[in-house]
Amino acid sequence: MNVSPLGIATAPLACNVPAQRCPVSSGQLITACRLAWEQGGQLVALWGSDERDRERGFCLRVLLKDSDGLTLLEHTLPDGGARYPDLSAIFPAANRMQRAVFDLVGVQCDADDQRPWAWQAAWPIDQFPLRRDFVASPKWEPGEEDYPFVRVAGDGVHEIAVGPVHAGIIEPGHFRFQVVGEKVLRLEERLGYAHKGIEKRFEALPLAEGYRLAGRVSGDSTVAYAWAYAQAVEAIAAVAAPPRAVWLRALCLERERVANHLGDLGYLGNDGGFAFGLAQFSRLKEDLLRVNAKAFGHRLLMDVVIPGGVAHDLDAEAAAALRAQGASLVREIRVLRDIYDEHAGLQDRFRQCGQVTVELAAKLGLTGFAARASALADDLRCDFSMPPYDVLAVRKITQTSGDVAARVAMRFDETFESLRLIEALLQAMPSGEIAAPPSGFPTFAFAIGAVEGWRGPVIVALESGPDGTIRRCHPHDPSWQNWPVLEHAVIGNIVPDFPLINKSFNLSYSGHDL
Amino acid sequence: MLHVLRQIARTGIKTEPPPSPAEEMVVVARLQEQILRTLGRALTIRQVDAGSCNGCELEIHALANPYYNLEGLGIRFVASPRHADVLLVTGPVSKHMAIALKRTYDATPDPKLVIAAGDCGCSGGIFGESYASLGRVANVIPVDVAIPGCPPTPTALLQGILAALSKAAPPAEASLGAPAGTAG
Repeated sequence: MNVSPLGIATAPLACNVPAQRCPVSSGQLITACRLAWEQGGQLVALWGSDERDRERGFCLRVLLKDSDGLTLLEHTLPDGGARYPDLSAIFPAANRMQRAVFDLVGVQCDADDQRPWAWQAAWPIDQFPLRRDFVASPKWEPGEEDYPFVRVAGDGVHEIAVGPVHAGIIEPGHFRFQVVGEKVLRLEERLGYAHKGIEKRFEALPLAEGYRLAGRVSGDSTVAYAWAYAQAVEAIAAVAAPPRAVWLRALCLERERVANHLGDLGYLGNDGGFAFGLAQFSRLKEDLLRVNAKAFGHRLLMDVVIPGGVAHDLDAEAAAALRAQGASLVREIRVLRDIYDEHAGLQDRFRQCGQVTVELAAKLGLTGFAARASALADDLRCDFSMPPYDVLAVRKITQTSGDVAARVAMRFDETFESLRLIEALLQAMPSGEIAAPPSGFPTFAFAIGAVEGWRGPVIVALESGPDGTIRRCHPHDPSWQNWPVLEHAVIGNIVPDFPLINKSFNLSYSGHDL
Repeated sequence: MLHVLRQIARTGIKTEPPPSPAEEMVVVARLQEQILRTLGRALTIRQVDAGSCNGCELEIHALANPYYNLEGLGIRFVASPRHADVLLVTGPVSKHMAIALKRTYDATPDPKLVIAAGDCGCSGGIFGESYASLGRVANVIPVDVAIPGCPPTPTALLQGILAALSKAAPPAEASLGAPAGTAG
């Protein structure tokens, strides 16, 4: 983003994509966000931190992204009583992030919507867990909050409450539908049930070991998080992972992408009444995970990516197994895609279902593959020169219709592209070391790692404390942006199509709730 | 339709024999044999994610794939705790899920079993106990079987579920639907 019209000083930001940081006043914060929006930028993340121990009050950080790279706006608030401007009129996705900042850090914005978001009566509302002087009491019992859901009134309107314990094998969350007949008038989500204090937990871990927790922010994106975390640690230590490690990370990330798409393609078939699809795709996913376990020692590839490199090398035999599997998957998925495409009943369920137009997607800041299904062509792997993707010429895939059918097509197309990338990575894999563990971390260094996970951009913002400790770590999941869009995607659809629409996005609860 | 049938025929039967029960995962043998016998071979499971990272859920989903074919063993996941014999609970129990978990437990008819799955469910795992997390499942509801792993593999999950069941059935019924001669 070009901030020169604002006359703000910028400094470089340690990150694996082009990035700058700018200190902003309250007024500049809002004008900078408006300018970013006018330049085609989007909100990536918004979080706060307690800097009172360094005589700097509180810091609100707003991370924006456009085609130039990332811009971090840093706004200092002198004390907990100061307010910052509401950004949700420019970036609607800011709403929940601003509410979570108050619940966890205790700095408030001047928005009308002051409902809690991360807080659900598990700790006193005037205690803020991410403050440095916060002390948890064993006396605090889980409580029940009275959350003011928005209600729709009128003849024949009724309410359906779902969750937090869902009917399927799903993460916990609450959905409040306002319906008339079987048509959804409104959906309101209440998340936060999986909040387990991840950000606070990071602060008790050494920088060199936080990768294990990063890899468990959202289990289905473990490679993406561990890689983003590792990038941030390496940027702080000013070291780079050896080339072979970087290629192995990309190999793991693409296999994670394929695994998730295969799993969801199966469930999308199943939710469309086609159990055959689930049986077939879950078989292929199992094949993939078994080869993962043989090649890297873990079915989901947890703890493979570590700061400085990767923990497991790939031997020739495993590389051959991966290549053989890649070729067989391409053949098998082609057959299944033809079956899905030609299945009239399935296509009838997919098309025009849960539609997100390009205008709505841009306005709400939809991100990741779901945004690409609505013709918003952003992909960190293609947009910025990022090894090893810079030499692989990643094909950017988009669809235009923004419905379940488009998100299904995205998953097929991205799976084929990932399988192509996996083959290319295996063909030209550099030899050499697989890890150069960083050491000697500077104090109060700040860096960001950014990785295009299967769901969308995964961001880890990391600040070091003294002696290789973590001062603050904020992991950000693309689900923050996409959950509010789901509320819009279901409007006007029938209640029985909700599972299908929901699965077509498959958003993370844990990655969002932290 | 023809290409669907052709694909089914080409795929063949992928189901593998189940692993043997892992008795070491049994924490408490709480239930009387005659009560457990009533659960029989038609076991129903209600899964509750009490705050996991979703890694355990991925592996629980895998139990339904053709290789493990959980339903082929007479075990299935149900949509309500009121239909369940077993609660399969994952995650460190977040404080925000503690009340929902207790209510789910209370809504499950007796006799019932609780299986805690994953390192977090067994011990609190990497998240531990904090202002937001109550740690292991046993801190909130009684646990009969604990399946470690991060996440546990589908085989480990099956071993744990079968261990819960093996307490349920006398030896003659303990083979749990494995075709003769394929066990082990």
